[in-house]
Order: sequence, then C-alpha cells, then structure tokens
Amino acid sequence: MTQPARSATDEAAVRFSAVSKRFGKTLALNEVSLAVRRGEFMTLLGPSGCGKTTLLNLAAGFFSPEGGEILIDGERVNDLPTYNREIGMMFQNYALFPHMTVEGNVAYGLKARHIAKPEIDRRVAEVLGLVKLAGLEDRKPRQLSGGQQQRVALARALVINPTVLLLDEPFSALDKNLRASMQVELREIQRKLGVTTIFVTHDQSEALSLSDRLAVMSEGRIRQLGTPEEIYRRPLERFVASFVGDANVLRGRLERIEGAHAILALGATQVRVPKGSLRGGAVSAPVDLYVRPEHLEVIETSGPCARSGTIVAQIYQGGYVDLFVECTDSSIERLLVRSAGHQAMTRWPIGTKVGLAISTDEGVAFPIA
Amino acid sequence: MPRSTYQRLLDVFGKLAVLLILGFLVLPAAVVTFAAFNDKAILSFPPQAWSLRWFTRAINYQDFRDGFHNGLIVTLWSSTIALVVGAMFAFVLDRYSLRFKATLEGVLLSPLVIPHFTVGLGFLILAAQVGLTRGYPVVIACHVVLVLPFVLRSVYVSLRNLDQSLELAAASLGAPPLRVLLTVTLPLLLPGLISGWLFAAILSFNEFTASLFVTAQRTQTLPVAMYNYVREFADPSMAALSVMYIVGTAGLIVFANAFLGLGQVLHIEQNR
Repeated sequence: MTQPARSATDEAAVRFSAVSKRFGKTLALNEVSLAVRRGEFMTLLGPSGCGKTTLLNLAAGFFSPEGGEILIDGERVNDLPTYNREIGMMFQNYALFPHMTVEGNVAYGLKARHIAKPEIDRRVAEVLGLVKLAGLEDRKPRQLSGGQQQRVALARALVINPTVLLLDEPFSALDKNLRASMQVELREIQRKLGVTTIFVTHDQSEALSLSDRLAVMSEGRIRQLGTPEEIYRRPLERFVASFVGDANVLRGRLERIEGAHAILALGATQVRVPKGSLRGGAVSAPVDLYVRPEHLEVIETSGPCARSGTIVAQIYQGGYVDLFVECTDSSIERLLVRSAGHQAMTRWPIGTKVGLAISTDEGVAFPIA
Repeated sequence: MPRSTYQRLLDVFGKLAVLLILGFLVLPAAVVTFAAFNDKAILSFPPQAWSLRWFTRAINYQDFRDGFHNGLIVTLWSSTIALVVGAMFAFVLDRYSLRFKATLEGVLLSPLVIPHFTVGLGFLILAAQVGLTRGYPVVIACHVVLVLPFVLRSVYVSLRNLDQSLELAAASLGAPPLRVLLTVTLPLLLPGLISGWLFAAILSFNEFTASLFVTAQRTQTLPVAMYNYVREFADPSMAALSVMYIVGTAGLIVFANAFLGLGQVLHIEQNR
C-alpha cells in the first residue's frame, strides 16, 4: 500500500497544542501539547479517567476542544468533521458493522470515498492478505473469532491509507496468548506501512513493548513523554515511577553529592545513583528511592544491607521468581524482589530472615514533598 | 439420586398446572373457532353439524367488507404516521439530554394509561368544535395517538441496543451523517422499526372503543361493524370473522418473523 502524498509543512503528523477539554465540571484535558512524528508509534498511557481516550477522540473529531489547536498533517482540524479527516480508527469493541460481511466492512471507507469498484476489490483483497484474512470475505462478524474480528477492524482502518491510525485499547478483549501475538503482528504491519499510530492503553507492559515513544498521562496532563526506556529507567515523577512497571519505595537520606553521583544512606548501606536520577532535595534531607524489583537482591543478613526482613511469599513466574519481603526496619513495608531463574525458590524459602541489597545504580530518588 | 414419590407427584402436578393455564389462555379462541363452523344460525357450543356457510356470509356481508376496507386505510395511515413521529421522538429521547425529558416521555406514553373511550370522546368533541365531519382524518389522528406509545417504545429499545461506536466508526471511515444514517443506523434499526409498525398496525386494526366514538357509518372500521352486527344478529358469522382475524394476524406475525427477520432484534442483543 502506498502512503498518500503529504504536505511537508509540519514534521509532525498529528500535533496537539495546548488542547483543553471539559466535560461538565471535570477538566478532562488541561492544555495538553503533543507532537506525534510521522511513522511513529505513539502510546498514550494512563489510568482510566486520565484523559488519554479524550485526546484520541479529539484527534478523531468526535467532539471539539474548548481550547488549543489540533493539526493533522499540518492542517488545523478543530472544525473539520470526523468524516473529512483522513483517520483510521480501531475501537475497543472493534465496532464492526454486524449487518455487513467482512468484505463489506473493509470496503466501507472506500465506498464512502466513491472509489471505483475494481480498485475497491483490489485494495480490499490486498489488505485482507496483509492481515491474513483472505478467504473469509463473505463471513459476517459474528461468525468470526475475537482475533479475526480484530484483524477485520484493523484492515478496515488501514485500507483507506489514513494519515494517522488511532487505536483505542484494541487488545483489551483478547486473552493473553492471542493478545501477545496480535501485538507483534500489529507492530509488524505498522512498521511495514509506516503509518503514524496513536495507541491508547492503560496496560503499562503493552505500552513499553510496543511504542516508539509514550506519553504517560494522569489527571488531564501529560506527566512524561519519552521512549519506553526513558520512561522506565528515568521517570521524572513519582506517579510515572509507580505507574509504569513495579517499583519499591525505600525511604533514605541524601548523604552527599560526589562528582556525577548522589550518595544516599539507606539502612546500613550507602547507595549511589547518577546525579541525573536525583529529582531534587537538599543534602542530609530525606528522600524516597524508587527501585525496580529486578534491581533488588536478596542477601544473607550477615553483610551490610539496605533493609532486612523476612520472606513472606514466593511467586513462581516461569522465567523468574517474585519474592515478597516484609521489612520492619523503620516502618512495616513489603518489598518485591524479582529474581531470574528458579533457584530463589529453594534458596530463600518462606520465613527465612534475609537482607536486601541494591544491585545497580538504576534507582531514582525523589525528595519528600 | 432416586426421586421421591413426593418429587414425582410435584412434577406431574406442575406439568398439569402449566397445561391448564395454557389451555385457559387459548380457550376463548378455541370456543369461537368451533362455533364458527356451526351449521345452525345460533352461536352455540359445541356445534351439532358442520358448515362453512358463515364464512361465506361474513366475507360477503357488505358492512364487513366496508369495515375491512376502512380498517385497512385507517391502519396503514395511522401506524405509518405513528412510526415516523414515534421514531423521531425516540431518537430525540435517546440522543439528546433535554431538561424536560421525563415530562416529554410521560406525555408521549400517556395514552397507555388514558382509557381509549376518553381519547375517542376527546377527539369526538374536538372534531365537533372545529366543525370537522367524522371522516378518515379524525379516525386516523385518534389511532395515531393510541398506537404512538407502542411504536415509540419499540424504536427506543432498538436505539438503546444500537452500539453508537458503529456510527462513529462509519464517520471515521469517511461517511457523512446522511450516509451513516442510511447505511448503518437505519439497517440496524430496521427490525425494531418493522416490529413497531406491525405492533401498531395490529393494535389499530383491532381497536374498538375509541373507534366507536370517532367513526361514522361511512368510516366504521371492522370491529365497529362487528359490534353493530351483533346488536342485530346472533349468528355464527361473527365467530367466522373472528377466526379469520386470528389466522390473518398470526399469519402476519409468522411471515414477519420468517422473512423480515424480527428474530434479528434478539440476535443482535445476544451478540453483544
């Protein structure tokens, strides 16, 4: 499939600038600005009610913003109705037309554009091949499995060569195995076609694995915009650190700054984090260190440890083991340690007194507000 | 697990009770059906000799022929008008948040609780006031009021069951509002529209009380003609007509179910 010719006035395929949207008394979006680059897979991630779906629906034109501008392909679309925007949208429940066949569903957007019949047939066949649905043209949606319905929805959105593909939690209705394979497939197709994509999800692992960049949202604002790695390793806010991935919060004290590092006192040990991972706070003031479970390590109590406690639960996850350690050093806290392989199951049985150490300088420290 | 005598007894009595209730439901229709085939010129049960002559008389009786003809005119007009008006109101009630929504809904559904003779009497007085003769327009207007709540309800339920993301999907694919309406909304509402219309048509065709007030000799509908007939005669042609009524209505519903896909209404809901 070929992408339509573009006006090269804006390097962003979709641009939101200071967009606000209010529903009754609730401010759903508070001056959100975001530029989605051409060909990029951009994820809007956040808990329900954070405004991510509202932002997507504004791009689709289902309603208009109270303030700010939305540009698609460099053109201001605030007042452009949905049907005149070159978008392809995939809905959470797929929204396939139940009274039409697979072919009828996929051809719908082309017919609305008054494209000639032979051309429609050719493009429908091509896109159904792309999503591996050739041969199912005459089925009705209710005769298809969930995964097949999703492919139809994707084909229907892609066949019109949209400037931007909008995906509203498309995987939430699929079971885990199917979801994983559909994710891989969607990403492959998206790369192959180079279509700009905005993807809405509340599932942080999905967001991390699929996106080129992601915008973490809460309460109508974008909290952080970055690559999955930036978001995961260098969260700028407590909210981002705790929403994306699992995090243990360890109360400590900022000891001193030493060159490019900040030294924190944590229990009986000292921990080093890059200065860039220190989000403020004065020397000798208390800080919270956010540590990923895979960066915590269970050790014997004999050595100096950041925390000490008791193993209270083991969860076998296949490739790794999750150990829950209850610490009583200062206040009671339950920490999660993720240990690769299965040895941890036998080495640290439930009830064992253990110490905890921090194995890398990957933590991020936030001052106490 | 072995069943006790008590359980078996309960089972037998339960089935018997259900059969009795069902029998009771169809009893009047059954009695009338038997009476229709009676050879004697009296409405009696059970008949002694069998004949189809009352069917012939009912079909050939001029007042019944006129009543049927008038009834068809009134029914087709009133249920069609009620469908258009009801569908529009259903749409408004479903899609827009109005200040007086509850009031509007109450007014629209009020004919359900107002006795038919009140509506009929009202139209009679009104028609006399404005100097209208008791022609078709008055009868049709009266029937529209009576069947509107049923059409409204039927369309409203179909609209509620219609997934609005389907319309958004169509719009996102480049279809302007009219195209969305014609290719997505209406086809999906069709079973609801048809069943609403059919329901209205059956009600209108069978309506008696209000029709008695608003019809004249020239416009009397079949139920009114039947009423006038039994005031003078007591032969089984009434029963014969009733049988034709039942068969006709049942046939219509079976036809609608089989060919117009009224079952689809239920089917769509199951799929969600």
